[in-house]
Amino acid sequence: MAENFYLDNGDIKFNLNEVGLGTVVALRESDYTEAKQFPEAPVDFNDAIDSYDKVLAMVGEICGEMIAPRAAAVDEEGCHLENGKVTYAKGTIQNLKDLAQAQVMGVMLPRRFGGLNYPVTVYSMMTEMVSRADCSLQNLFGLQDIADTINKFANEDQRSRYLPRFCTGEADGAMSLTEPEAGSDLQAVQLKATFDKEKNKWYLNGMKRFITNGCAKIHLVLARSEENSKDGRGLSMFVCESGPNLIIRRIEDKMGIHGSPTCELQFNNVEAELVGERRRGLTRYVMSLMNGARVAISSQALGVAEAAYRNALKYANEREQFGKAIIKFPAVYEMLVNARVQIAAARTLLYETTKYVDLRDMYDEKCAHAETPNPELRKLEKQFSKIAAALTPLTKAFCTELGNKVAYDGIQIMGGTGFMRDFPAERFYRDVRITNIYEGTTQLQHVAAIGGVMQRVLDPLMAEISKLPFEGKLRRLASAVDMAHEKLQRAVKTVETRKDPEYHDIMARRLCDMETIVYCSYLLLRGALKDKTREVLAERYIQSMLPVLEMHAEVVTTVTAGIGIIDTRETILGGIQ
Amino acid sequence: MSLNILVFAKQVPDTKNITGKAMKEDGTVNRAALPAIFNPEDLNALESALQLRTRYGGKITVVTMGPPAAANLLRQALYMGADEAVLLTDRKFAGADTLATSYALACAAKKIGKFDVIFCGHQAIDGDTAQVGPQLAEKLNIPQITFIEEIKDVKDGKLTARGIIEGGYEIIESKLPVLLTVLGTANTPRPQGARRIMQYKKAVTKSELAAKHNGHVYEDANPIAEEEKALRAKNLWIHEWSASDVDADPARIGLAGSPTKVKAIQSVVLTGNKGFVSVPATEAGVAGLVQELVKEHILS
Repeated sequence: MAENFYLDNGDIKFNLNEVGLGTVVALRESDYTEAKQFPEAPVDFNDAIDSYDKVLAMVGEICGEMIAPRAAAVDEEGCHLENGKVTYAKGTIQNLKDLAQAQVMGVMLPRRFGGLNYPVTVYSMMTEMVSRADCSLQNLFGLQDIADTINKFANEDQRSRYLPRFCTGEADGAMSLTEPEAGSDLQAVQLKATFDKEKNKWYLNGMKRFITNGCAKIHLVLARSEENSKDGRGLSMFVCESGPNLIIRRIEDKMGIHGSPTCELQFNNVEAELVGERRRGLTRYVMSLMNGARVAISSQALGVAEAAYRNALKYANEREQFGKAIIKFPAVYEMLVNARVQIAAARTLLYETTKYVDLRDMYDEKCAHAETPNPELRKLEKQFSKIAAALTPLTKAFCTELGNKVAYDGIQIMGGTGFMRDFPAERFYRDVRITNIYEGTTQLQHVAAIGGVMQRVLDPLMAEISKLPFEGKLRRLASAVDMAHEKLQRAVKTVETRKDPEYHDIMARRLCDMETIVYCSYLLLRGALKDKTREVLAERYIQSMLPVLEMHAEVVTTVTAGIGIIDTRETILGGIQ
Repeated sequence: MSLNILVFAKQVPDTKNITGKAMKEDGTVNRAALPAIFNPEDLNALESALQLRTRYGGKITVVTMGPPAAANLLRQALYMGADEAVLLTDRKFAGADTLATSYALACAAKKIGKFDVIFCGHQAIDGDTAQVGPQLAEKLNIPQITFIEEIKDVKDGKLTARGIIEGGYEIIESKLPVLLTVLGTANTPRPQGARRIMQYKKAVTKSELAAKHNGHVYEDANPIAEEEKALRAKNLWIHEWSASDVDADPARIGLAGSPTKVKAIQSVVLTGNKGFVSVPATEAGVAGLVQELVKEHILS
């Protein structure tokens, strides 16, 4: 068999079949009426899943046979800027051509623009595989979120002008948000948008920095459209084309993801179009774009974790020391077992998250297209929106920290060999390092997630899984998780009763981790109920993670421990020589 | 210009990824243990055809001869961009050598009738004969250009192509129709298209449609015929032709039409038996080495 990153990874297919996409697909396919108009549209749910399965297998083969073999050369060659023009590595150019020919550059876009009309869940499965093959390519392939944002918020005229170009691969995108003084804090964006009444057009002036694929043909730009405004409510979103007035000043020399150019841009009176309504640029559109991108980065990190794990596993089986393969040594196989189990946990969490993102998006679209306001639909949209908002930052924090951990252990398992550039382990390590930084650092994911944790948004979902008919060993494990769930609730109460925002912030990390542990435990149990062979994954995860949860609970409920950091920090960081 | 293009392709056992069970004890191929794949150089042939269609327009029909399961190969061709597919299948074709195979394929080409360019892969990875393409051209009495790496152009009823010869290449012009055999170095076959997969996964042969109905015989209405009509209308019909459908002479096909008889199959393991010979870096040393190579017929 040829190398195929879908067919060799049963975990992805398990999630595709078991995550429960019935409602999502029925909504997306307008109850399968699209089939009348488009020969490739599914006629029912089974047909849809079969199509996803076949297309994922095709993408898996491209990843395994074409993209992965080019990754080392892409990393070595990198991108170059000459005379204001960015050139990708040769392998990257070929990869993009292959993916365009495979008709997967508009995965989530509507069919009428040449897209596949796929759910985020299936798209994320593709991005995971692309990233396993070449992490840096995901930064270009994964920019489909930009087209998706145009689809969600632009008007039909703009959609029909921009989206078909994305689908054919003729155009690519960039999200131009960050500025030198506006990184994590996007409210500080300065790039100016001015409206010329005579020409009836918007013009952009200013700087953007750290723009992934800033050499793209189509840019979504966050800019200050309201003069004298200071905060996020003075920002609007614009779409513009590359051209002589949009200058690439430099590209960054980075630690990893060399295949993806990171650009500094100067906008010299660049003509642009407003997307959606004024003043909603950051508060609505960019938040939506960022949330989509956070899911994409989660799958990117997970893809690297998978690559690093497999690389280390293969090496540990082949490398002999002290007269036996090193995988026989407990210290080595423990690292590998942990990686495998954590990857399974991260994957089930990721695709559970994307399912809720899909549900939110579908109900949101349904509400927008309803002829009269439908409170029933709106209620569902609100409910799923809340869950998606709670899960997305937890998932991003978990997947990206895990990607780093597995890449780190991957080198450790290979020892000195892993440190050498002759092998991909060090590339995985360098590439994945950005994932827990961009689209919001892990620390900011905790800030984004803590609200949902304190409001116990996921409690009903956890309770629902807890009620499933577990028996025997699974029942015993489920009971242990139920108890951990109660501990988590108590820890939340402890923090809540202390009305100190700084204390809340310092405990956010631990509460978020506890939330992730409990929810992943439940999800793995649910998976084990559907497939007995997965029981061992659930068991191992729960047995290794509940003690970690205990530790967090201990710290959180011992209030002085948290207060201690706040009270002593100035002395420790500056008061003693 | 619009070209009628035929591509002949073969489903072969995947000999690139051999596992322990691939050989039977008698040294013959254990086909059951090896997955069936699209013969690699036939993919290059199809890619050349697709590129030619992009340049000049036209229609690509892919033809394969094989067991009913070879319909999978034809669906793959449709996923990549072929317009139509023909499966030549009949127990009577079984056991064919290259002579009987090229005769059967020629019968299919004649039934299709109109063609300007025929593409074949240079050779199949199971037999490695590279004979079927050239024999097919002979049977159709049309010119052939072999070992193709590049098609220069098609104009005024002529095609120009670059073929590899020992130590170089030659550029050959031929009148149409012409048969070309394509090398693996000619191009990189394109991936399948996602939208095409979803559309053409529903393409079936007559036998597959009948199997779907589980051999059920309908009394009044004939839903199978209805379905066939609907599938044909949507271009989801893979033509399935038997020996009599292509007017093949029974004496010239299958085992009966195959003069080649396999006497024995041996598993040959190449080993060096002289060990390492060190040649002094002098003129005399090198001259001795060259003489040795000439004597062993490695150099001529």
